[in-house]
Amino acid sequence: MDLLNALVAVLNYIIVPATAYGAQLALGALGVTLIYGILRFSNFAHGDTMAFGTALTILVTWGLQGMGISAGPLPTALLALPFGIALTAAFMLATDRVVYRYYRRVRAAPVVLTMVSAGVMFVMNGLTRVLIGVDEIRFADGARFVISPQEFKAWTGLAEPLALRSTQVITVVTAALVVVWLFWFLAKTRTGKSMRAFSDNEDLALLSGIDPNRVVAVTWILAAALTTIAGTLYGLDKTFKAFNYFQLLLPIFAAAVVGGLGSPIGAIAGGFVIAYSEVAVTYAWKKVATYIVPGWEADSLMQLLSTEYKFAVSFTILIIVLLFKPTGLFKGKSV
Amino acid sequence: MSFLDASDMTGGYGAADILHGCTLKVEKGQIAVIVGPNGAGKSTAMKAVFGMLKLRGGSVKLDGEDITTLSPQDRVKKGMGFVPQVNNVFPTMSVEENLEMGAFIRHDDFHETMEQVYDLFPILREKRYQNAGELSGGQRQQVAVGRALMTKPKLLMLDEPTAGVSPIVMDELFDRIIEVARTGISILMVEQNARQALEIADMGYVLVQGANKYTDTGAALMADPDVRRTFLGG
Repeated sequence: MDLLNALVAVLNYIIVPATAYGAQLALGALGVTLIYGILRFSNFAHGDTMAFGTALTILVTWGLQGMGISAGPLPTALLALPFGIALTAAFMLATDRVVYRYYRRVRAAPVVLTMVSAGVMFVMNGLTRVLIGVDEIRFADGARFVISPQEFKAWTGLAEPLALRSTQVITVVTAALVVVWLFWFLAKTRTGKSMRAFSDNEDLALLSGIDPNRVVAVTWILAAALTTIAGTLYGLDKTFKAFNYFQLLLPIFAAAVVGGLGSPIGAIAGGFVIAYSEVAVTYAWKKVATYIVPGWEADSLMQLLSTEYKFAVSFTILIIVLLFKPTGLFKGKSV
Repeated sequence: MSFLDASDMTGGYGAADILHGCTLKVEKGQIAVIVGPNGAGKSTAMKAVFGMLKLRGGSVKLDGEDITTLSPQDRVKKGMGFVPQVNNVFPTMSVEENLEMGAFIRHDDFHETMEQVYDLFPILREKRYQNAGELSGGQRQQVAVGRALMTKPKLLMLDEPTAGVSPIVMDELFDRIIEVARTGISILMVEQNARQALEIADMGYVLVQGANKYTDTGAALMADPDVRRTFLGG
């Protein structure tokens, strides 16, 4: 019984939340890796693009709610998502036209483009705050739980609760669908293949008659979709706060680098590596330890790092990977 | 009128000219080879023909049409195929995807052309689902040539196709190039292995310092004592 309780505690506090968080990071890292692979720079504006896309989605959600439209047990934000994506994509394409296109034409070094993206980051940062403010916003509606903790306890008779929130299930299912679609798109469609060719060997792609402007545009649209979906899922699962999204930049980049920049499968693996590490390192293991070793109570919380320091986990993993395996787990490009 | 007529090409990458009135002509279905010492401007001459280099003087005509001002992409549409010396495949894409990308500008059904490429290079059919980056040097060159053939070019340009492959593979590649020429495609090729290349060449151009030094049929150049002594090692 104690072992079962320990297992449920691990499931409830680590596996379930980390899986949802990992899926969100994976989507974010996919966007980073796509931009790195095809446009050849690290996009620092990624976190704030997530915030911007989510803010737009929230505004549309409120609009839909105002009109009395809802998705029943599902969050209304899912209905608003396509609008959020379209608006964000339009914004990204406009940014490319006004900002990035010039630097591509003068064949600027990747580090210059990265600094340019930092500038874009500050602009989007401000824009998001003007648009929706700095406060924490809860916009999840619909059914709250798939498995509620009280029901679970009553049903199993265990001391430990297990909660499975509907936003967590939605996150994982949506992320899985998006990933399957993206891989199909890259592997099977003419446009997807031309994007991979462009990423592989730009000069040869140009010789083959692949239109670079089209590849760039499709990349921004995909990045807009991935960021908006990732941001909205993160916001549904937790809450929306512009500053938190800016901070997500670090774990997202860590995920992309751990997996190997430019490798989509690596981005997904990296997302989960970072998420599980972060949650496991900041979890207080005292309760689980008490269940596993009967008759012994730890003096401390058995927490390796307090949650305020969770970003240190991403940093540490990032540094270890860059030192020992700079191309990442799935042989991406070295930074 | 030759099929490819690149006359008096003068130009270079920066302020200094590399090509000084270089002329290259290829007849339909024939093989022309550019040889010469290192730094003679062989690759530069070929890049000039393909439009990767801005010319200060001279003209490039393909099938009678002046294409001097066209971009490389537009020249591909006019019927030129170019195989660069290095980085000439998409390494993380399969052999078949490489060929598909070669056919990117085509909107008709290209599967027949793909079959022809597979017939020409049977090893590629065998490795069609393998990534091009995982193949041997000789096989990769075959992918590169196959990719360029996918647009059904009328003129195929090869920049040192046998660089870094073993002598056996080199002979095989030359055999394949002859086969390609037999289908009516003109071939312009830069070669480091001058002797072997001139053996299969209908026309040979010996470049020195960006200008034509000797121009004759491959056999005549092979027989010329001057050429033999200076460029073919006796």
